Formats: sequence, structure tokens, C-alpha cells
Amino acid sequence: MAQGFFLLFAAVSVITALTVVLARNPVHSALALMACFLQVSAIFVLLGAPLLAVIQIFVYVGAIMVLFLFVIMMIDVREAVLQRFLPGGNLPALVLLVLLGVEMLVLVLWSDRFSMAEPVAIRGGDEVRELSTTLFADYLLPFEAASVILLAALVGAIVLARKEPG
Amino acid sequence: MVPLSWYILLGVALFVIGAAGVLLRRNILVVLMSLELLLNSVNINFIAFGRYYADFRGQIFAIFVIATTAAEVAVALGILVALVRNKATLKVDDVTVMKG
Repeated sequence: MAQGFFLLFAAVSVITALTVVLARNPVHSALALMACFLQVSAIFVLLGAPLLAVIQIFVYVGAIMVLFLFVIMMIDVREAVLQRFLPGGNLPALVLLVLLGVEMLVLVLWSDRFSMAEPVAIRGGDEVRELSTTLFADYLLPFEAASVILLAALVGAIVLARKEPG
Repeated sequence: MVPLSWYILLGVALFVIGAAGVLLRRNILVVLMSLELLLNSVNINFIAFGRYYADFRGQIFAIFVIATTAAEVAVALGILVALVRNKATLKVDDVTVMKG
């Protein structure tokens, strides 16, 4: 049952990811990317991480993709739509990608350390509570650093996108 | 249950597709979206390993990756808006301001 769901979500996410790369119109790319993020959040639910699934939907689908769509519609994309995309245009990069994919596939399939079908220990109790305790107790400093980074990015984005005075 | 290697193979597939988007496409918007694909494949690997080895740190690092991605997208789109306002191009090859 879980395997069927995983295969469904994985197939749809790979297809939508291919659509992101191959679509000529950036708006189509953004919508396909949104669908891909929804599939990834479903996979997070399969992995027993419901908090991460909710964060994925809120942050990626809710915030980042809306930002992308805003910018795409603000920028005139007609020139970008008109140019054709040829996959064979950059041969060295294509060879590099094929090598990368084959190498990772061979390494993952060759090793027998990744074939475990069950998690080592089934945790009992409230997982989200334990996760947040770990996050706010052991990882408090990185958490605060992330909040400072977000604030700096916010201010930087406003300064960058502002119209020059005069 | 689903074997761990299936999740890793899904991560590999998404990573290669995202790398293809970064390396082969010439549209800045699509390059940025492909970067999101790369980070998502890494997140899948983090959470899968954290689940199968019963460790919370996978999920915690995925949270940090998502937060950093949000900051990166905000700054990148700000730069993109400023770039288009000044130069009116969306092709990666036309942006050579930083070339020495």
C-alpha cells in the first residue's frame, strides 16, 4: 500500500520536474514546480514527517511560488517565451549530467547499505513535540542565526528591488 | 514499507533533473526554479535518512534548508527585478556585469 503511494507520488514528481525544465513558458514551469512541491510534501507524509510536509506547503507552495509568479508576471516574458530550448545545445554539460546520474545510480544500487526496508527503531510518543524540543534546545543558536538570515534577506530584497531615487 | 533506496533514487532523479535545468537552460527564472528542485531532492534525502536511522537531525536540517531557501529566493528575485529594470534581459549569457 505504502509502496503504491510512493510510486505514484514519485512518478508524478519526476514528470512535473521534467516539465519544469522542458517547458518553454516560465509560467508553466512555475505551475509544474508547484505540483512537484505538493508531491514532495506527500512523500514527507509517507516518511513520517507531517510537520515538514506542512512547512513545505506553507513556505514553498504558499510563499516562494507566489513570489515567483508575481515576478514572472511583473517581468515581460514574451522574449523568453519565443526562444526555443534545445537540449543538445550544450554538449559538455549534457555529458557531465549523464556521468553524474550514472555514477549516483551505480553507487546507490551497488551498495547494500541502502536496502533496509524498515526503520531501525519505531519511536513512540509525540514526534512533533520531541522534534521541537530538539530544535529549540540543542539547535537554538542555528535557529536564531536562520532568523537573522531571513531578516537580512528581507531588508536586502527591499533595498534591491526599490526604484532608484531620482 | 518502502525500502530506503527508493527514496534515495527519487532524490537522485530530482537532483539530476534540477542540475540539467541549471546547466542547460538559459532563462534565469527557470534556473532559479531548478535550484529549488535541487534543494528539494536534498531535503528528501535528509528526511529519509533521518527516518530510517531514527534520528531527528534529518528533519531539523531540512527545516534549516527550507529557511535558507526562502532567504535565497527573496534576494535572488530582488536582484532579478533590479537586473531587468536596468538591462531588460532574462538570458543568463547576457548577464556579464561581473566578468573581470
